Amino acid sequence: MSEVLLQADGIGKRFGGVQALKDVSLTIRRGEIYGLIGPNGAGKTTLFNVFTGLYPRDGGEVVFAGKPLQLDSPHTVAAAGIARTFQNIRLFGNMTAKENVMVGRHVRTRAGVFGAILRSRAERDEEAAIRRRADELLHYVGIADRADDLARNLSYGDQRRLEIARALATEPQLLALDEPAAGMNATETAGLRQLIEGVRKDGLTVLLIEHDVKLVMGLCDRVAVLEYGEKIAEDVPDVVRNNPKVIEAYLGTSAH
Amino acid sequence: MTGAWTKKEKFGLACVAVALIALPFVLAMAGTAWVRITNFAVLFVLLSLGLNIVVGFAGLLDLGYVAFFAVGAYVYALLASPHFGLHLPFWTILPIGAAVAGLAGAVLGAPTLRLRGDYLAIVTLGFGEIVRIFMNNLSNPVNVTNGPKGITLIDPFRVGEFSFSANSGALSGPIKYYYFLLLVLLAVIVINRRLQDSRIGRAWVAIREDEIAAKAAGINTRNIKLLAFAMGASFGGIAGGMFSAIQGFVSPESFILNESIMILAMVVLGGMGNIWGVIAGAVLLSFMPELLRYTVEPAQKALFGKMLVDPEVLRMLIFGFALVLTMRFRPAGLWPETRHRRELDENRA
Repeated sequence: MSEVLLQADGIGKRFGGVQALKDVSLTIRRGEIYGLIGPNGAGKTTLFNVFTGLYPRDGGEVVFAGKPLQLDSPHTVAAAGIARTFQNIRLFGNMTAKENVMVGRHVRTRAGVFGAILRSRAERDEEAAIRRRADELLHYVGIADRADDLARNLSYGDQRRLEIARALATEPQLLALDEPAAGMNATETAGLRQLIEGVRKDGLTVLLIEHDVKLVMGLCDRVAVLEYGEKIAEDVPDVVRNNPKVIEAYLGTSAH
Repeated sequence: MTGAWTKKEKFGLACVAVALIALPFVLAMAGTAWVRITNFAVLFVLLSLGLNIVVGFAGLLDLGYVAFFAVGAYVYALLASPHFGLHLPFWTILPIGAAVAGLAGAVLGAPTLRLRGDYLAIVTLGFGEIVRIFMNNLSNPVNVTNGPKGITLIDPFRVGEFSFSANSGALSGPIKYYYFLLLVLLAVIVINRRLQDSRIGRAWVAIREDEIAAKAAGINTRNIKLLAFAMGASFGGIAGGMFSAIQGFVSPESFILNESIMILAMVVLGGMGNIWGVIAGAVLLSFMPELLRYTVEPAQKALFGKMLVDPEVLRMLIFGFALVLTMRFRPAGLWPETRHRRELDENRA
C-alpha cells in the first residue's frame, strides 16, 4: 500500500490572469483510491487535464511509477499508464460500445496499415485478441448486453460504465475518473461504487474527482482538497472532514 | 461483415461480376465513347474512395483533394513521355505516383493538424489551388511541367508488345483499360474495407467522433491523421497515373477546384464513410452529365425543333437540386454508413 505511484510537485497552471493551479503537490500511493474534492472552480479538472497531458503545465514535475512523466501529449500519458474519463462523457457516439472499448486497445497494439491491408497472421491474431479483451471489459463493467449498440444510444449510467471500460482497455496503472457519479441516481451511484471498488481490488489505483461527498468519504482511502487552485488538505477522509480550512472552504466562516 | 458470405450474397456477387465483365461490350454497341465515359466514372470512383478515407473515415474536410490526383497524373506524365525522354513501364510508375502523392498528402496535411471543419476546408482548398498553380508555372526557369500547355504524347500502359491503347481484335483500347481499372477498383475496395475494419480504421473514426477523447484513449492523433491524408492521397495518385495514361495528355486545367468539389459531392451524396454509398455517388454523378448530354439535346430537338436549354446548364441545375433534396431528405447520404443506418432502424422500431 505504501509504494508511491504518482508524485506531483509544484504543479502550476495559469489561464491568462487566472491562476488555476498554484504550486500543487500530491502523492498517490499504489493501490489506493485517492479522492480530489473542492468547491466548483477550485481547479480539480484543470489538475486532471494537466496530469493527462491535455493542458500544458506552467511549472512542476510529475513522477509516475518511478519515472518522470512526459506530459506533452495525452497519448504518451496513456501509454505510460494513466487512463481517464471525462466529466461530460466523451464517447465515440457513432461507434458501438464494443468498438469504443476496442479503440482503447489502440495504445497497446501494433498493427499498422500494411498489416491491415494484407490481413497478416499477426494482425488477425491481434484483432481477435482486441475483440476478446473488449468483450471481457464490457462484461467487467456490466454492459456486455449492449456491446453492439451505438454508444450514443446507451443510457447515461451505461455510458459512464462504457467510458470506464474504454479507459481500462488501455491497461492503466492509474484510473482517473472525473466526476463519474455526476447526474447518477442513488442506485446507479451504488453500482458505480461497487465497480470502482472492484477495480481497486484488481490492483489498480484510482484517482477520483467527485462532488458527491458521501461517495468520496465512503470510498476513498485518502482525500485532497483544492481551493482556488491550492491544496488546502490531504489526508484520510475523517481527518479531512474535520479540518477547519476544509469546513471553511465549503461552508464559509461565521460572521464574527 | 467479416463472416462468410451467405448463398444469396454469393449469387448476387456473381451476378454483379458477370454484369461488370459484360458491361463494356454492351456499352461498345452504343459507341466506344460510352466505354470511355465508364472508364472516367471508375476513375472518379477511385478518387471518391480515396477522399472517403480522409473525409468519411477520419472526418477531415478536404477541399483540395484533386491536388493528389494532379500529382499522380504528373508523376506518370513526366516518367513516361518524350518530355524528359523517360519511358518507364506503368507498373513501376503507378507505385511511385502513389508514394509521391501520399508524401504530398502528409506534407500538405502536416500544417493543418490543428484545424478542423471549415478552417481545414479553407486551408486544403488553398493547397489544392497552390498545387495547380505550381503545375501551371513550373516551366521556368527549368521546364518541369511544361506549364499551361501541359504534357502530351504520354505513353499508354504497355506490357511487352501488348498496348492498352491499340485495338486488338474485339478488345478495343478503352475496354482493356476498363478491365484494368476494374481490377484496381477491386483492390482499392478490398483495401478500404480492410482498413475500415482495423486498428487504424477505428482510430480514424474515433478522431472523427471526438478528437480529445481519441487522444485520451491513447491515439497519437497527429500520426493517425497524417496517415489518413497520406492514404487518401495515394489513392488519388494511382487514379492520376491512370488518368494520364488513358488521356495521353495532362494539363493543369484538369485539376481545378471544381473537380475537388465534384469528388467531395460524390462522397457526400453517396454517404460519407460507407464504401458502397461512395461508389454509388461517384457512379451517379459521373454518368449523369453524360446521360443528360445524350438525352436532353435530342429530346429538345424532337419536342421544340431546336435547343432551348444547354445540357450543361441543365446539369448544374439538376445537380444542385439533387444536392438540396439529399440534404433535406437523406442528410447522411443516399446510402449512409451502416452505423448511421442502424441508428435510423432503431428509431423506427
